Amino acid sequence: MFFLQELKEGMLIAFQAIRANKMRSVLTTLGIIIGIVAVTVMATAIDGLDKAFEKSAKAFGTDILYVQKFPWVSNEDWSLIRNRPDIKPQYVDVIERQAKLSAAAAPVVARRTTVKNGTFLFEDAIVTGTTHSYNEASGNTNIDGRFFTAEESDRARLVCVIGATVGEKLFPTGDPVGQTILIAGAPYQVLGVYEKQGGLWGRFTSDNRVFIPFDAFQSRFGSRRWVTINVKVADIGEMENAKLELEGIMRKVRRIEPGKANNFNINAQEILTQTFGRFTMVVGAIGLVITGLSLIVGGIGIMNIMFVSVTERTKEIGIRKAIGARKRTILMQFLIEAAALCLIGGMIGLSISFILVQVVSNVFELEASMPAIVVFIAIVVSLVVGVISGFLPAFRAAKMDPVEALRYE
Amino acid sequence: MQDSQVINLQQITKSYDMGGVEQVNALRGVSVGISKNEYVAIMGPSGSGKSTLMNIIGCLDTPTSGLYEFNGINVSEMNDNELAKVRNKEIGFVFQTFNLLARSDALHNVELPLIYAGVHSTERKRLAMEALEHVGLGDRVHHKPNELSGGQRQRVAVARALVNKPSILLADEPTGNLDSKTGDEIMVLFGDLHKLGNTIILVTHEEYIAEHAHRIIRVRDGEVASDEAVTKRPALA
Repeated sequence: MFFLQELKEGMLIAFQAIRANKMRSVLTTLGIIIGIVAVTVMATAIDGLDKAFEKSAKAFGTDILYVQKFPWVSNEDWSLIRNRPDIKPQYVDVIERQAKLSAAAAPVVARRTTVKNGTFLFEDAIVTGTTHSYNEASGNTNIDGRFFTAEESDRARLVCVIGATVGEKLFPTGDPVGQTILIAGAPYQVLGVYEKQGGLWGRFTSDNRVFIPFDAFQSRFGSRRWVTINVKVADIGEMENAKLELEGIMRKVRRIEPGKANNFNINAQEILTQTFGRFTMVVGAIGLVITGLSLIVGGIGIMNIMFVSVTERTKEIGIRKAIGARKRTILMQFLIEAAALCLIGGMIGLSISFILVQVVSNVFELEASMPAIVVFIAIVVSLVVGVISGFLPAFRAAKMDPVEALRYE
Repeated sequence: MQDSQVINLQQITKSYDMGGVEQVNALRGVSVGISKNEYVAIMGPSGSGKSTLMNIIGCLDTPTSGLYEFNGINVSEMNDNELAKVRNKEIGFVFQTFNLLARSDALHNVELPLIYAGVHSTERKRLAMEALEHVGLGDRVHHKPNELSGGQRQRVAVARALVNKPSILLADEPTGNLDSKTGDEIMVLFGDLHKLGNTIILVTHEEYIAEHAHRIIRVRDGEVASDEAVTKRPALA
């Protein structure tokens, strides 16, 4: 009760003081405003990046292994792995025969080219050659229409399944299914359209891809050196064992002697999420240090102005002490004033970042929004900065000698 | 020593270090007793130690040596917070320069001691209103100090000093910043307050003002030079 009364009086005085020095208060809080904007925009950006990445990573499928020539993420010396032999599409048959823990395997090759529907062009399409097993052996699932069958795949029929973005670009109005598009001059019938995936860097999603039978791809574009074999694991709980089994099969195919290193890699989504997790942590830590610095600068500004405020109000402190204010009361009064200044700065900063995030996400068509936790942290941080930077000035005020303070003019 | 003694000073000294070995002895063994409902003036030229004595009586400062009993309680060795509590509950200050909070209205200024005493809001407002009405400012409660005349400001200060029903009213040159007519009005108010049972200690260097009191203590060179009752008091309207 006693404490609450003092708190209420402290807040009243704080707002009187801030109101009495509007210009000075605004300039002082500028440092905090900038600091809070930096912190919140940074946190929102990292959060947005995380979410976008999570979405993209989904396209890889959590239960898909990728047999490839090189690792996705590596610290190895490039000269040691650059001369590895190519992955051959023939391995798919061996894997399908021998891998008991895997459900499906499909070879994947790709190149960038332009696809057409009459006058509608899509210049950046990634034409992907694969087999009927791909739909199962990939993270992509929902198709409007269907994927090509084993027969269509084996006979290299001129059929295709297109990504959502390709569909939108080539068929802005109608339904693409059943229509024909031109890939490198040859007509392909559209069997299905993948659902939109979105996410970071469209390349990892099906959105801008056109899938055609593997042999059709080979005969049109020639055989490729970069082949990936997608392998779907039957039971996600057996991921590690499936990977070991696959490694064994590949070593046998490649005739690698025991003790020698693999000359291929089995990649999985997990590797990316781990790496990206580390990346965001580093970015986050650096960001925190930089934005933390700007908050410290802001805090110093608050401390400075609080010293001025204390000196200016020496007489007032003397009066209050004469009337019976205790040290604690005076200390609290100035702490509240500093905290209130910072809190106002924090609120203004938050509003600015909120608008900033809205504008940026509208302009760049991103799905960015400020997480509630960031708002909460910003408020707490600005309060803490206020209390810390207000402490020294408040302490000086609290320990003033009432006789001398009353004499001050 | 009587039970009704509010203030009992025994051999109070106060010395200040002026850097190095030099020392200023502001008070050199002052012994004074003031009883309940006395009206005392403390007089002395500047540099006499009068202000130091007032600060010690007002519990704003502590003596270097000697005993100070306030209502029978030894306050000479209290810490800052205990002294703050005594100032809050037992002493009402009236200053030469009024010392009101410029940004607060009259009511809030008078409420201030009650806030520090932890009195609840509604009770606080009621007591503060009462105190302001008592000094004749019931119609000026929401005026800020700069909207009031000097006399009115000093009345607000008196209301603030009295609102906690203190044991003593300690006034430091209360008419020093007022014209003589307004000063006289304040002295009338003090006279009335004394009649109502308040103990008043008046610090001044003006003989005319001091003569309103019933007893004058003269301080010179840090010692009590004389301490006598007032025989001829000026007549006030």
